[in-house]
Amino acid sequence: MTADNEKKGASRRAFLKGAVAAGGAVAGAGMARAAGPDPLITEVQEWASGLGEGVDATPYGMPIRFEGDVIRRNVEWLTADTISSINFTPIHALDGTITPQGCAFERHHSGAIELKKDDYRLMINGLVDKPLVFTYEDLERFPRENHVYFCECAANTGMEWAGAQLNGAQFTHGMIHNMEYSGVSLRTLLTEAGLEAAGDLSDKWVYVEGADASSNGRSIPMDKALDDVLIAFKANGEALRKEHGYPVRLVVPGWEGNMWIKWLRRIEVTNQAVESREETSKYTDTLADGTSRKWTWVMDAKSVVTSPSPQSPIKHGPGPLVITGLAWSGHGAITRVDVSTDGGKNWQQARLAAEGQSKALSRFYLEIEWDGKEMLLQSRAHDETGYVQPTKNALRDVRGENSIYHNNCIQTWWVKENGEAENVEVS
Amino acid sequence: MSKSLKLYGLSGVGAAALLTAAYNFADRNVAPMPTEMPIVSADAGSPDMMFIAAARADEAAEAKRLGIGREALPEEVAAWDLDVSPDGTGLPEGSGSVMDGEMLFVDNCAICHGDFAEGVDNWPKLAGGDDTLADKDPVKTVGSYWPYLSTAWDYVHRSMPFGAAQTMSVDDTYAIVAYILYSNYLVDEDFVLTNENFLEVEMPNADGFIVDDRAETEYPRFSEEACMENCKDSVEITMRAAVLDVTPEEEGKAEPEEAMEEANADTAADEETEQTAEAEPEEAAAEEAALDMALVEDGEKVFRQCKACHQVGDGAKNRVGPQLNDVIGRHMAAVGDFRYSKTLQSMGEEGLVWNAETMAEFLSDPRGYVKGTKMSFNGLRKDEDIAAVTEYLKSFSQ
Repeated sequence: MTADNEKKGASRRAFLKGAVAAGGAVAGAGMARAAGPDPLITEVQEWASGLGEGVDATPYGMPIRFEGDVIRRNVEWLTADTISSINFTPIHALDGTITPQGCAFERHHSGAIELKKDDYRLMINGLVDKPLVFTYEDLERFPRENHVYFCECAANTGMEWAGAQLNGAQFTHGMIHNMEYSGVSLRTLLTEAGLEAAGDLSDKWVYVEGADASSNGRSIPMDKALDDVLIAFKANGEALRKEHGYPVRLVVPGWEGNMWIKWLRRIEVTNQAVESREETSKYTDTLADGTSRKWTWVMDAKSVVTSPSPQSPIKHGPGPLVITGLAWSGHGAITRVDVSTDGGKNWQQARLAAEGQSKALSRFYLEIEWDGKEMLLQSRAHDETGYVQPTKNALRDVRGENSIYHNNCIQTWWVKENGEAENVEVS
Repeated sequence: MSKSLKLYGLSGVGAAALLTAAYNFADRNVAPMPTEMPIVSADAGSPDMMFIAAARADEAAEAKRLGIGREALPEEVAAWDLDVSPDGTGLPEGSGSVMDGEMLFVDNCAICHGDFAEGVDNWPKLAGGDDTLADKDPVKTVGSYWPYLSTAWDYVHRSMPFGAAQTMSVDDTYAIVAYILYSNYLVDEDFVLTNENFLEVEMPNADGFIVDDRAETEYPRFSEEACMENCKDSVEITMRAAVLDVTPEEEGKAEPEEAMEEANADTAADEETEQTAEAEPEEAAAEEAALDMALVEDGEKVFRQCKACHQVGDGAKNRVGPQLNDVIGRHMAAVGDFRYSKTLQSMGEEGLVWNAETMAEFLSDPRGYVKGTKMSFNGLRKDEDIAAVTEYLKSFSQ
């Protein structure tokens, strides 16, 4: 370990201690009732006397400044530069299931480009009856649908294959977001171009690519293309953000995020997979014997406790504690989540905040009376197919440690007596 | 510390009759439209009602064409339909030699991938790695891993060089791919790659891939009833993230409000830049003038686009690009141990100096101002961004 890293480590540990100390102080203030009346109550505060901002102060609002640490974060050493890289959603600090666009993770291969609606063109060509070009306005004239789906990068948790590495749910599980999309089904557009020319559809593919320099092309089998793929232009009610593909992106429910082509510019019906760079040299999963799986599109069932977690320590001491987290499956709806506080020896069923929705995030809660002793917190997702989220060892038994992608193992947080938590692996 | 865990460059078709798909779709549609369009009480013979009836029938069986959009012209399809498949579909006529490829590679690719395709820093290695795929740290290159040559050709042609995609001609692409093959010892130095012999090149890992088999190898095993009690005898911690200690610093924490204030300030700052844009070039031109700290601050943000390749400040070193301390005011191509393009080298020898004007000319059109520059960056479009980043660099040039 270099001196530089030692320094970093030291200051980070200092930060964690600071967080817990501050938490302690908060708890202290909360319990200070006996020491005297709370001046926040007994004294007239400035905000209760003066005036706040007018309605013209913020035409489009950002979160209040006190929430300034709920932001996307980057892991610098992961990639050669930030233009072809990824950042992480602060899932440790969010609740509910919908991810605000402004803090939803980004992954670019040639940077986030600016493409205005007027300059937007979408082409459908290949084995279609009539190759077509659409403008953005054209797309808004087709019948529209609304759906909530999660988008998870295939590499989410990919840094954890060989051991516990990154200390925070944001970094281990933050390559995910969950939004409500409005758009047109890909099926509708393919029908508009006509699929008679393609003949038997069972062995046909749809190749999709973006308008950015990377083009990030992917091949999608026709049965998926005609099933639930969306051409989306709104997310959570408003236009897509630049970093998520404004003005139009592809939504491929339940399948790896790399296929959700941003700045979508072309859809080609083909009779074979193109085997582009993103589906051969990347997004293929190497097994222990050196052979690699390709076309591993579906994201298997997965869950993680988002709080308490390393970036969200327990600050209130023993007593009632809310354990919460997220669960999802690319095969359908989450039906159940179990939580263990002893590293997987014993489990209890958590409460789903709402009935699981297909290919969308579920929020779970487990309310416990924390005795102040250390815990090894885990969560385990079940989906509608009967699949149960496996342990990391169970996954490694099948795949080895070099798969990079599709690590959906059970995560363990070691919560210590002082409320701090750390990413660990257990036997 | 093991950084071997890091990701390098993050990196069943069933019959689906349209009718079935339509049924599924209707079944699943959260906001079924226009299937459940309100039936207004109106004359069933009116054009409106006929339209609604037609739309509903479409949705139930198969939607008919709405006549939206226009036919794509052959020239348009030709301009965008560039993908190349493993069987050679889409491959244009042309050729390129290893010899030509070497020169093109050194000029266009080596800055990130190294002269011998061995990779610089964290940038992808394109050569080597034979027989490492079952090792602890597999080295995945075009030679050791990529199953199809078409992928390399397609990617070089459409998406490389980084920052100047779609600038390689068809023949140049053949040549660069030939050189990549040569650097992997897959062809001889006198080899010429053409559309004719393209499919004859054997890729070593062509048989190294299987189609996703999780349904057979994993799903049965991971679908057994879950244990709820006394599932194991003991639990030991076997690995801790704090020991590895590679988690990024929590910079925002000391002053948690800082990041958001900065974010909030962004919009305001942009507007400000817009308003003062006209005044700025003049200001930047006055070399001896005191630094405009607001502009320096804006420039720091603009410099994020440069950071991938350039360092500046204490301890700055050459990376993909030269370090930029004292760049304003010095001769071009003046960092001794950096290998500049020939053009920039001779511009420096002619006595050209980096100042607000030359920097603006360069940054607005890097390849136009310095023909053959190694900088792959496309340049800055906004004058105010150029002024800001120049001011920022000036702050390291005192």
